[in-house]
Amino acid sequence: MNLDLLRPEICLAVTAIVVIAVDLFFRHKLLVTITSIVGLLVSFGMAISLIGSHELSVGNGLFILDNYAIYFKFLFLGIACLVILASTDYVKRLQNLHGEFHALLLTATLGAMLTATAQDIIAMLLSIELTAISLYALVAMLKNSKSSESAVKYLLLGAVNSAILLFGLALVFGFSGSTSLLDIAQTVSSIQVGNIADNAGLIFGLVLILAGFAFKIAVVPFHMWAPDVYEGAPTPITLFLSTVSKIAGFSILVRFLLTGFSLPESLSNNWGVILAVVSAITMTAGNLLALTQHNIKRLLAYSSIAQSGYMLIAVATMGIGSFHTISSSSLLYYLTAFAVAEVAVFTVIIIASKHKDNDDIADYAGLAKQSPLLACAMTLGLLSLMGLPPLVGFMGKLYVFSQAVQHDLLWLVIIAVVNSVISACYYLKIIRAIWVDAPASADNIRSSFAPKAVLLIACAGILLFGILPSILISGTEWGADLISGIWEFFR
Amino acid sequence: MSFNFLSVIIFLPLAVAIMLALLPRLSVKAIKYIAVFVTLAVLALSLHLFANFDRNISGMQFEEIYSWIPALSANYHLGIDGISLPLVILTALLGLTSVLISWKVETRAREFFIWLLVLESSVLGVFCSLNLLLFFIFWEIEVIPVYFLISIWGSGSKRNSALKYVIFTLAGSALMLAGIICMYYVSGTLEMRALEPGNGISWNNAIPAMSSVPIFFMLLAGFAVKLPIVPLHSWQPDTYSDAPTAVSVMLSGALAKMGAYGIIRLCVTLFPQSAQRYAPILLTLAVIGIIYGGILALRQTNLKRLIAYSSISHMGFVLLGIFALGQTSMVGASLQMVSHGLVTSLLFITAGIIIEHTDKTTIPSLGGLARQMPATATFFVLAGLGALGLPATSGFAAEFTTLLGSFNSSAKWFATVALLGVLLSAVYILWTIQRVFYGPALLGFDNVRDAGKLQRFYCGLLVILIFVIGICPTILTSVIQSSVSAISSLVGS
Repeated sequence: MNLDLLRPEICLAVTAIVVIAVDLFFRHKLLVTITSIVGLLVSFGMAISLIGSHELSVGNGLFILDNYAIYFKFLFLGIACLVILASTDYVKRLQNLHGEFHALLLTATLGAMLTATAQDIIAMLLSIELTAISLYALVAMLKNSKSSESAVKYLLLGAVNSAILLFGLALVFGFSGSTSLLDIAQTVSSIQVGNIADNAGLIFGLVLILAGFAFKIAVVPFHMWAPDVYEGAPTPITLFLSTVSKIAGFSILVRFLLTGFSLPESLSNNWGVILAVVSAITMTAGNLLALTQHNIKRLLAYSSIAQSGYMLIAVATMGIGSFHTISSSSLLYYLTAFAVAEVAVFTVIIIASKHKDNDDIADYAGLAKQSPLLACAMTLGLLSLMGLPPLVGFMGKLYVFSQAVQHDLLWLVIIAVVNSVISACYYLKIIRAIWVDAPASADNIRSSFAPKAVLLIACAGILLFGILPSILISGTEWGADLISGIWEFFR
Repeated sequence: MSFNFLSVIIFLPLAVAIMLALLPRLSVKAIKYIAVFVTLAVLALSLHLFANFDRNISGMQFEEIYSWIPALSANYHLGIDGISLPLVILTALLGLTSVLISWKVETRAREFFIWLLVLESSVLGVFCSLNLLLFFIFWEIEVIPVYFLISIWGSGSKRNSALKYVIFTLAGSALMLAGIICMYYVSGTLEMRALEPGNGISWNNAIPAMSSVPIFFMLLAGFAVKLPIVPLHSWQPDTYSDAPTAVSVMLSGALAKMGAYGIIRLCVTLFPQSAQRYAPILLTLAVIGIIYGGILALRQTNLKRLIAYSSISHMGFVLLGIFALGQTSMVGASLQMVSHGLVTSLLFITAGIIIEHTDKTTIPSLGGLARQMPATATFFVLAGLGALGLPATSGFAAEFTTLLGSFNSSAKWFATVALLGVLLSAVYILWTIQRVFYGPALLGFDNVRDAGKLQRFYCGLLVILIFVIGICPTILTSVIQSSVSAISSLVGS
């Protein structure tokens, strides 16, 4: 039981409890925020101390520690930190729920970190549920009708999804006889190439599990919940949903497929092609549906669905080819690029929504006059999502697309670049409102320092990683070292 | 090379634009003077390059190369040869001109000049990049300043025109990006020089979908939109006529050349066999563009739209010259790029002056303006003469060389038809001059001001250049010649 290798997670769990205690005993609400940030930073420091350690079995095989897991720990902790800083003004709307907001955000982050490091299907399910259940409560936290409605929707669909996932996991357990991904991998890889169809139960289980993951990452046809939930949830939680929750889904999807189902190759080629098709459908549907939206959060929900499609390209290449490391690296790069851009865009919405009646795009008219910083950050974020050079989103797309071309997926790349053009229409709709339209009121938008700092960090990230991508690529290449342990295991 | 001239030329406007963005307290006047100073400095530097350019070398000069993204084997690689140098100077000149044209911009002036400078940087970057990724990045950046410049400071249905421009450009460049990625996959490099034939890259070993022909057309798609080649031209009249004059000048003078430059630099140089095989198709499109643009120009009543269609017609000659694939014709095409840049800019400027001073945009509502606006009339007539290719103007030198070169190659019949385009342009230019400037003077225009001193200055400058190049084209051809001969030897003529 080498649980000390889970010290970032343990630290986060302790912080969550401390945050509730602080909220209980101290009046000053700022203390809650400070405690959360400190806890996140300490956890971040502990994650740094883990660099260099590789452990195939942590906690009796429930978890694994590799660069891949550590990369996601950094990513989740960083995003959580930015989300909390960005919502320092916003939380005042949550009346007496300061402590709960922060504590649940921390447990959701904890769940995401555990998801990325899980190695056993039980641990996997529990970590996913930890994130999901925390988020059900967070979505409802505004306590108005919209927020409650979306929380109920999220909860019901999430519960159905958990059932599907669980059923799939049970089937896989039943046919492989083990809950450990490594054992499952051994069973699966011993299937004879011609006999895949004989293991119908296993394959059916895989399909159900993929459906479960597809819900988490909001992929067509399991995307229906996203626009409603994104719209109704408190904006910081929308940001959290579209970044941490989605990225956690991708982290476990990749680990599950690459560890458990990458051999035999005829099997991985199959899921690779299926994911490629799903990816094409997802990005096209997401982009087309986004075109007609007027609410900025709904629009970004569809845009986020479309982005999932681009990310799936990278996952598909992992199934089709044998260059797993570079494909994973391109996925990590894209996920990070996406997260940075989303942080910029949603932080602007968090700040501006204080002054806007609702989240209609028309309400953002003339934002450039009201606050140049917000306008610039929003524009940079949107252009990065659109994939315009030299921003980080472009480099992400380039990286992923070049992997796809290498894996003979040129058709998918063509669909993807055409999709980027479609997406330009709706991203420019927002940008035009910000810069060209006349503002409804002349009063400036004010905010405290912390959200502004988040904006500056996000903008710096968008520009720096876009112009000098090598900095980030060296990180993602390090993080993509996912299954080195697994190959040793098989040897 | 101790001093990185090209980097300075490219990034000076951008750096100043960022500086302007970060200094909110500058007065409008100061901003304008800074913009003039910067663009003047860029022009001076590019003329310095012109003076120090070795005219006997066909390869790249003033090269700069630094490792940039090792994971994609992308380098920061700049350099110019005889084809790009005239375009760099042209862009620098038009950059300065467009700042001067916009001297009267008062609404959101700071943003206007920031975007104008960013635009100049990106266009210069395109002409100097020798790495495909760098090239593509500069190529794409340009969309954003143009979008803002048109949708904020334009006229008419400016928002739709701006969006149309962006969508067309992005659609073209999206395919171009796919092509670039395929090239990277097949060859493992993004360096233009390393991709040239003769370096042992075999395009047809790869999967059929990624052989040279599809890549050739994917690249061409991006350039065809910019040029524009005829079926993809429908964005152009809207954009040119709704954009503010300075942007029309940059668009028609500098940005359209990006397309032609890309075709020479990438399509023809890297894929000479495909270029040869598909030349008849492109020649047909070129001739269709020349004739079709001319006919539509004849039918236009809106002054700026007329110039836009004439621009399509004249850019057709560039395409004709390139795909005639002869040395002379390519020199002519390069010369036509510069000439068209000067002539069309001057036409747009004078049209802009007329529209601004009379508040009328359509030709039938104008008339007899030669009396009230003699200087403007003179400049318009001189530019018109350049456009219809009168001897001693740059238009003559360029179109004559292009047609001569095309006659000497397999493109004989295309050149014959293209001659009709020259005739057409004479008709619509002279007819326009007659309708706008001659005939009875209209009472409503009695108090119309003529071009001011500043306007006369930059119009005069362009006129002088048109005639200098027309009378003594060797100034440019001596620079162009050796680089073009290296390319035309690839296509075997």
